[in-house]
Amino acid sequence: MARKQRDGPARTDIDMTPMIDMTFQLITFFVFTLNFSTAVQDDRVQLPTSQLAKPAEGPSVEPITLQLMNDGRVIYSGEPIALQDVGGYLENEKRVMISASKEPSSATIIVRADGRSKTGDVQEMIKVCQEKGFERFVLRAEYDESK
Amino acid sequence: MAAKRESLSDKIAIDMTPMIDVVFQLITFFMLTLKSVISEGDFDIRMPLGASAGAAPEDLIPPVRVKMTAGPSGERTSMTMNGQQVGDFDDLRRRIIDLVGTGPGSNADKTEVELDCDPTLKYENVIRAVTAVSGMVQPDGTVVELIKKIKFAPPKKR
Repeated sequence: MARKQRDGPARTDIDMTPMIDMTFQLITFFVFTLNFSTAVQDDRVQLPTSQLAKPAEGPSVEPITLQLMNDGRVIYSGEPIALQDVGGYLENEKRVMISASKEPSSATIIVRADGRSKTGDVQEMIKVCQEKGFERFVLRAEYDESK
Repeated sequence: MAAKRESLSDKIAIDMTPMIDVVFQLITFFMLTLKSVISEGDFDIRMPLGASAGAAPEDLIPPVRVKMTAGPSGERTSMTMNGQQVGDFDDLRRRIIDLVGTGPGSNADKTEVELDCDPTLKYENVIRAVTAVSGMVQPDGTVVELIKKIKFAPPKKR
């Protein structure tokens, strides 16, 4: 009887230490890979790759991202718009900048164009920006680590 | 005696359950917020207003004209540099290196490249051309910078 009572409440102790160690390592990994950058990346645009497209050291000055899709439409702040409407949206950007007493020429237009899109569309988009007074452009490409 | 033995073997059991719950919630949160960020980089291009009249007087060397023509589906059909046929982008890079040289005394800073592309050309060709003229990755991974001033020729009417 006494023996049975001792067996009953005896619990199998699982050693939790390795699991907790591993779990904390996982947490640490995910914390470090947590990315706070607000860089615009969109799956609808497949950037061309380049071995020289090293990430910039710092954030761009007054960035405005224009993403050109394969079909010639432009993604501006998440919404696809027609290429000929870009001018109107940029006019707004310009007005906002001027009201904040900044020159439109100090803004950087980040051109994220799909590799399959037409060069003429890219140039058209750049031309529209130039007409609105934007002068600084960067062409964005995906960094190709293969070589 | 029996009582004493019992108290000795008594370990203070910390209840791990809440801690493990919280830890797993944290893991789940961080896993779900994990974004695989593809590293992207930028190429500066010079596009001042009034591009046709914007030829800076200090540019002693006339711009290198890289012209690319496109076929009906946007593929590159030919490429010329200053009027000479160029086979591929590696060939273009070799010709650029021949022209400006590398290392000290290189003319890369003073030279400008003007890209003249057919409007239907696929944009990836532009990036490949820009890559070819703007630098070279050596086998050890270091980058030799070539021409940094790149501009587009005024777009042609379609």
